[in-house]
Amino acid sequence: MSVYGKVMRSEAGKGLTLISPTLVYALLLLAAPLISIVLLSFWTQQFLTIQRDFTIANYAEALTDPLYRELMLRSLRISGMVTMVTVVLAFPVAYFISFHVRPDRKSLWLFLITIPFWTSYLIRVFLWRVILAYDGPVNSGLIATGMIDEPLSWILYNANSVVITLAHAFAPFAILPIFVSLEKIDRSLLEAARDLGESKAMTFLRVTLPLAMPGVLAAVLIVFIPTVGDYVTPRLVGGSGGTMIANMIYAQIFDLNDRPMGATLAVLAMMVVAMVLLWGVSRLRFWLWLVDRAGGGAKGIGAAIGAALAEILVLRALFSLGPALLGPGVAVIVLLLLATAGSVLILMRVPKGRWGI
Amino acid sequence: MSHSQTATQGKTQPIITLEGVQKYYGEYHALRGISAEIRQGEFFSLLGPSGCGKTTLLRAIAGFEDISGGVIRLDGRDMEGVPPNKRPTNMVFQSYAIFPHMSVAENVGFGLRRSSMSAEEKRRAVGEALEMVGLGKFGARAAHALSGGQRQRVALARALILKPKVLLLDEPLSALDKKMREVMQVELIKLQREVGITFILVTHDQEEALVMSDRIAVMFEGEIAQLDDPETLYRRPRSRRVAEFIGMMNFLPARVLPTGPGGGRIALEVAGLGPAELETAQCPNGAAVGEAEIGVRPESLTVLYEGQSAEGGREAEGTVREVVYYGDMTYYDILLDGAPAPVRVSMRNMPGRRVLDYGARTRLAWDPRSMMLFS
Repeated sequence: MSVYGKVMRSEAGKGLTLISPTLVYALLLLAAPLISIVLLSFWTQQFLTIQRDFTIANYAEALTDPLYRELMLRSLRISGMVTMVTVVLAFPVAYFISFHVRPDRKSLWLFLITIPFWTSYLIRVFLWRVILAYDGPVNSGLIATGMIDEPLSWILYNANSVVITLAHAFAPFAILPIFVSLEKIDRSLLEAARDLGESKAMTFLRVTLPLAMPGVLAAVLIVFIPTVGDYVTPRLVGGSGGTMIANMIYAQIFDLNDRPMGATLAVLAMMVVAMVLLWGVSRLRFWLWLVDRAGGGAKGIGAAIGAALAEILVLRALFSLGPALLGPGVAVIVLLLLATAGSVLILMRVPKGRWGI
Repeated sequence: MSHSQTATQGKTQPIITLEGVQKYYGEYHALRGISAEIRQGEFFSLLGPSGCGKTTLLRAIAGFEDISGGVIRLDGRDMEGVPPNKRPTNMVFQSYAIFPHMSVAENVGFGLRRSSMSAEEKRRAVGEALEMVGLGKFGARAAHALSGGQRQRVALARALILKPKVLLLDEPLSALDKKMREVMQVELIKLQREVGITFILVTHDQEEALVMSDRIAVMFEGEIAQLDDPETLYRRPRSRRVAEFIGMMNFLPARVLPTGPGGGRIALEVAGLGPAELETAQCPNGAAVGEAEIGVRPESLTVLYEGQSAEGGREAEGTVREVVYYGDMTYYDILLDGAPAPVRVSMRNMPGRRVLDYGARTRLAWDPRSMMLFS
């Protein structure tokens, strides 16, 4: 049998054959642009031409300029807020569908949840601008009921309106994974908890919530990752206070005609998101592991809170003192590398715990 | 029977009283007026085919189903509106419902959170409970790394640690293989005697019910067809349906003959066997003159070998139509002369006695005392 025949007959060969069209497509449309952006980020713009000499000048500027740093931090803050609001609001919806909707109606409910997607994203964002406007239905409604005397100004053209709009847009992405993890919970586990003497509320805390954690974590990732880089919503409803990193990337490329700088910011945003997620997931695993190792209870929770506070204090100190000691660019790099090294170490050494994290 | 003897002391007061318990699921009438008393400390089984309402009844006792009518009294207290966490019952679920995100010890100690014990006492109680079910060294093990039999033990320990007044077992052995099931049956009986807690077992396996129970309620279509100890249930089934469900039973057409005055015994003519006389206790549905059926267990029919003869000359002749060899036993299907269908006969295999061949002619001995008449 020829080598070719052997490869084609093996499991791996069959698998590769099966995914090859997708693989080619993904390589062309994902890897190629990514590589060109990374390349671009190491070049510089000289008026109308791009200087193709390898340099980290863009990175040095991006890491030292307080404007970029502020925009990145704000993006993370807004995204974190959106993620929290979305997941907290999505959980009861997912819970309701999983536990209180008749089994034959569940798919109908899931279908109804996707209704907002029937109109374009752009139109939905525009509609929020109308709804939250100075003379929009929210304000006129509140005035009509006498709850406020003059229109609220803090609900549009700032970070709040970005959070409101994005939380609405990403709700189904949070509801679905949580719903799936709730569906997977064997209902007899909940009956067992009740039978063993726990109230409905305690059963939720001791059984339902821990078993739904993988879904909650998936929802967090699915909402957090794309919202950090969202461009349309901050542009349309964000005003100046709601401008995020993606708006700056747009401005660099299209308004300031500095494509390499835009590419640099894009690469940095990607790395920061990855590091923040790694940090979050690994620390969550580490803290839960601390709680478990102490046999649960107040002692373990205390240890976990202590570890969290200690690390946050160290990072804060590095953040505020570092620039003076090491120079602003080096300080940021040291900070990110330290936190990331810790994350990798934890993920490698601490086993996945019972919460599925 | 040894376990009905130990059972007599202190078991007179009912721990559970069921009075006309009804359950509707929409139009479907799942429980049609169940009345029974379950005694303190007994091993009680609810036996029946799937869909007979036995699990519904168990779940109603545990508090997972609201009943549509009637009263469930637990230890003298009406359980109407009492949620499962406030009832003095604990349950071993069919799926065992072991919490997958907890260790074995945490599973067993789950219900102790609300108790006033110190952490040290709780740890000791968990250790003792695990010891009791033979899992002494498994406390730190993750629950999902257990075999079926071990899960079942964890479920038992988790329920028993709370010292319930009644332990409810919902088909606890159905997920185990045959060997493991037999081991667990014996262990459950031992455990029940040790802890003295009332056990209510739901099962569709009649053999399991016979082996384990002090008393069995046989249920069909939401009603209790018969409630008796295993021996009575096996030897004196009160209806053809119960007789069919419990063990193997042969049915032969019979004709009830008019009895002479003051006789008190019922005279029959049984197809394939001949004339017989039965006590009234053997006729649970009465004995109206005319067509009826007798039931006789396979072990009550005996193959007669060369030179053997039956007491009182009660012999029948027939042809072997099937031979099923089990090692210690052989089952024969024998078509008796004059009978419409073969009867099953079970014979213990003795050394030096040949197993009959297919098609052989043979004689059978029978005893009217082991018969039941169903009309």
